[in-house]
Amino acid sequence: MNRGFGWKLIVILGTLLIFVYGIFGVPGGLSGSALLAALQNRINLGLDLKGGTHLILQVRVNDAINVDSDNAIEILKAGMRSAKIDYSDISKPDAANHPEQIVVKGVPSDSSSEFRNLVQDKLPEYDPNSLPGPNNAWTVTMKPTAVTDTENRAVTQAIETIRNRIDQLGVSEPIIEEHGLHQILVQLPGVDDPARVKSVMQSTAMLEIKQQLGGPFPSQEAALQEHNGVLPPDSILLPGQGSPGSSEAQQWYLVSRVSAVRGKDLRDAQPSRDQNAQPSVSFTLSNEGGQRFYDFTSQHVGDSLAVVLDNRVKEVANIKDPIRDRGEISGGRMSEEQARDLALILRSGALPAGITYLEERTVGPSLGTDSIRAGIRAAVVGMVAVLAFMLIYYRWAGVNADIALILNLIILLGFLGFTGATLTLPGIAGVILTVGMGVDSNVLIFERIREELRNGKTPPSAVEQGFSHALTTIIDTHVTTIVSAIILFLFGTGPVKGFAVTLSFGLFANLFTAVFVSRVIFNWVLSRKRVGEALSI
Amino acid sequence: MEFFHEPKIDFLGKKWYFLAFSLIFSLAGILSMLFWHGIPEGIDFRGGTLVYVRYTHRPNVNQVRSQLDRVGLHNARIQPLLNSNDLLIDLSLKETSEQELDRGKTQIIQALQTNAPAGQQDLNNASALAIGSYLTEKDPLHLGADAQQRYSQIAQAVTGYRDKQKGGVLSSLDELKGVADPAVLRSLQDGFFLSDFGVYQVEIVGPQVGTQLKKQAALATLYSLAGMLVYLAFRFEWIYGVAAVVTVFHDTLITVGAFSLTNKPISLTVIAAILTLIGYSNNDTIVVFDRIRENLKLMRREKLSDIVNRSINQTLSRTILTAGLTFLTVLALFLFGGEVLHGFSFALVIGILIGTYSSIAIAAPILVAYQDWRTKRSQTPPMVAAGGAARREKAKAKA
Repeated sequence: MNRGFGWKLIVILGTLLIFVYGIFGVPGGLSGSALLAALQNRINLGLDLKGGTHLILQVRVNDAINVDSDNAIEILKAGMRSAKIDYSDISKPDAANHPEQIVVKGVPSDSSSEFRNLVQDKLPEYDPNSLPGPNNAWTVTMKPTAVTDTENRAVTQAIETIRNRIDQLGVSEPIIEEHGLHQILVQLPGVDDPARVKSVMQSTAMLEIKQQLGGPFPSQEAALQEHNGVLPPDSILLPGQGSPGSSEAQQWYLVSRVSAVRGKDLRDAQPSRDQNAQPSVSFTLSNEGGQRFYDFTSQHVGDSLAVVLDNRVKEVANIKDPIRDRGEISGGRMSEEQARDLALILRSGALPAGITYLEERTVGPSLGTDSIRAGIRAAVVGMVAVLAFMLIYYRWAGVNADIALILNLIILLGFLGFTGATLTLPGIAGVILTVGMGVDSNVLIFERIREELRNGKTPPSAVEQGFSHALTTIIDTHVTTIVSAIILFLFGTGPVKGFAVTLSFGLFANLFTAVFVSRVIFNWVLSRKRVGEALSI
Repeated sequence: MEFFHEPKIDFLGKKWYFLAFSLIFSLAGILSMLFWHGIPEGIDFRGGTLVYVRYTHRPNVNQVRSQLDRVGLHNARIQPLLNSNDLLIDLSLKETSEQELDRGKTQIIQALQTNAPAGQQDLNNASALAIGSYLTEKDPLHLGADAQQRYSQIAQAVTGYRDKQKGGVLSSLDELKGVADPAVLRSLQDGFFLSDFGVYQVEIVGPQVGTQLKKQAALATLYSLAGMLVYLAFRFEWIYGVAAVVTVFHDTLITVGAFSLTNKPISLTVIAAILTLIGYSNNDTIVVFDRIRENLKLMRREKLSDIVNRSINQTLSRTILTAGLTFLTVLALFLFGGEVLHGFSFALVIGILIGTYSSIAIAAPILVAYQDWRTKRSQTPPMVAAGGAARREKAKAKA
């Protein structure tokens, strides 16, 4: 028996044990079903195998910037008024593409330094720049770092809000993470009809309570006509559902631009029933918001207020008495489910910016089951074919190769179990490919050993030479393949990533089994033979 | 057992045949890409809507087409899937609304539900969530307050039975008898009907994603080629890297050409397969190169073309065996791996054949051709595959 065989055997058996544990953990029993349950517990299946929905959504970060720069305009207006700086116009010339840019026109040239100081003092995150030209215009632009900050904050906050909402819907084990530039990846295992989840996620849920100044009007034109073509200052026209008495599907309301109460003043929202026993949502305001609402309603007894959700008027009501902290959203013919969802959305807070869906993929569980079945069948057929071929072609050495191959597979699956990596359908293909390519190392070594034997070497030295010559080749081939696997992992998404993971794990496992384990088995076989006895290869 | 006993084939002597063979296939692919099918892009890259529908019976394509026409989807492509009750409906990007990404899908489902009674939902296309909230509202078991959890379990049992036992479509509500309580079943019969189809997979990709993915796929392929070039230049000499990259490019071209000729869409997983095949073909090339390097050291006096020929012959047995075994596993994938892996395994079936051929027929001749060109041009001494490591050792010895 050659030296060191004992500890090498221990290393191999130890590795085997560790990775078998990686696959099954500690199973509840040794019966087939107990093992299967243990296996399913350890190995994560990708969405393509267990079914579910995969969404990519874009956060419209410009919305968040627009909120900030709108706010900045208000601060500037107030600041210039108190500092007595004249101006003719203040606006955002291109709010859609450059929401960070404000243009102030007609600032007298002798107020230039005061204007600059005002901006630097009140708006530290903005840069003032005077524009060349006759009308004394200035641009006030949000600093790039502030823009990035605001954008990132919007994305993080959106992820949090969406997670909140999905958790409350009771979807198990969702994945919600930042994906690309201002994109969010959402994976919902087991959800095969995403319509409801999507509408819950997408709703920005911007709740406002405003004063109703006029309407409802049947159309925008009618509203304008009423006011001789010009809307009263500080008022806006918003659409809403037709009131119960009218035949119109959509009507328009004239409401105040400023809101008495905003979404962030909410403390709680719950589904309930209104006085006609129709589904509705009742909400409670925070202390501060409640105080503001009380002040507002005390001043406007007899006026009407409008509950506005995402720029649509949901409800108008007459203020009979001052209200402190409770309100209700009803009307609009909500179903019970819609009321429940709306309450949920309001509770989870508003999205800082709108979202758009870029990609939606749904795999029904029936397809997932089919895919698993097909993948496993292909794996078994491929594996059996390779194992049988090695036995026929290399006889006893084939047993050696087969042991290495099976160990390779165990290590690969164990890796998946330990790291919690996800097994996707292309991942299964990766496993099958590993079987095919894993055998390459064995073939390389065995062919080399045969060659050395043909050249008249004794079995021990042929084995020695075969392994050492094949080693450089094996390392070269493995390194280059791992390079492409890593690149796949970095650039791929979802299923492709799963493929890259199994491929790289398989390659590492292969280095161990083909180079180390096979060698140990060969040495053990050689040690049991008499000197000069032929090697079965 | 042995297939090849010390073969002595003059591979380099046949290089013109190889060149002709490669040219024919590359050209056929290129011509098809330019003038015939183009590069058929899968949904991942071109964007659009794919809806996979499973019927309870063999679907009638003409009938489906007229149903889709009625809702205005005139350009939908309808493709029955082989030997099954499955149908693929394909909307181009134009019919996929960017504002409302899933409108096409909703339109298709509504168009196909011809027998929908008013106010009832389709049980074959209802989610567990929808069934659960319907049952919670109706409460057929009179559970009262904490009914929601119990009903969502029942709903999951129903959809689970539909999807896992029945392949996604029920043909009669009576099939649910063993799954749900009679009271629940009665309640389901009140609120649901059964259409003759179920949607089992949907892929919707907006325009922005397609452009982004195209860029990513191109970058991944380029980086992977560059990584190989650098590694080989480091381990061998730069010409080996160039030869390997040219070879791999040849393989990629022919494989993509095969997709164009057969008009099979190239999806993200096909790109993954192509990257794998780049790795595989390169693997094969390295085995030959390694042997050339080894033989160059042993046989310094012989002509490079003889050395290359001998190296190919020495590794031939391994090349064919490995290719054969890998091909066997890939073939198993192609035949048994199912519809989803079809493109992936097709790329590998083609790629492994070409990748094996090219390391013998393209990579090795490039080395010899380069050598010939150099000697003809400047009478420089024949090259030695010293490689980075050996060169460093030499430098060390000098110092």
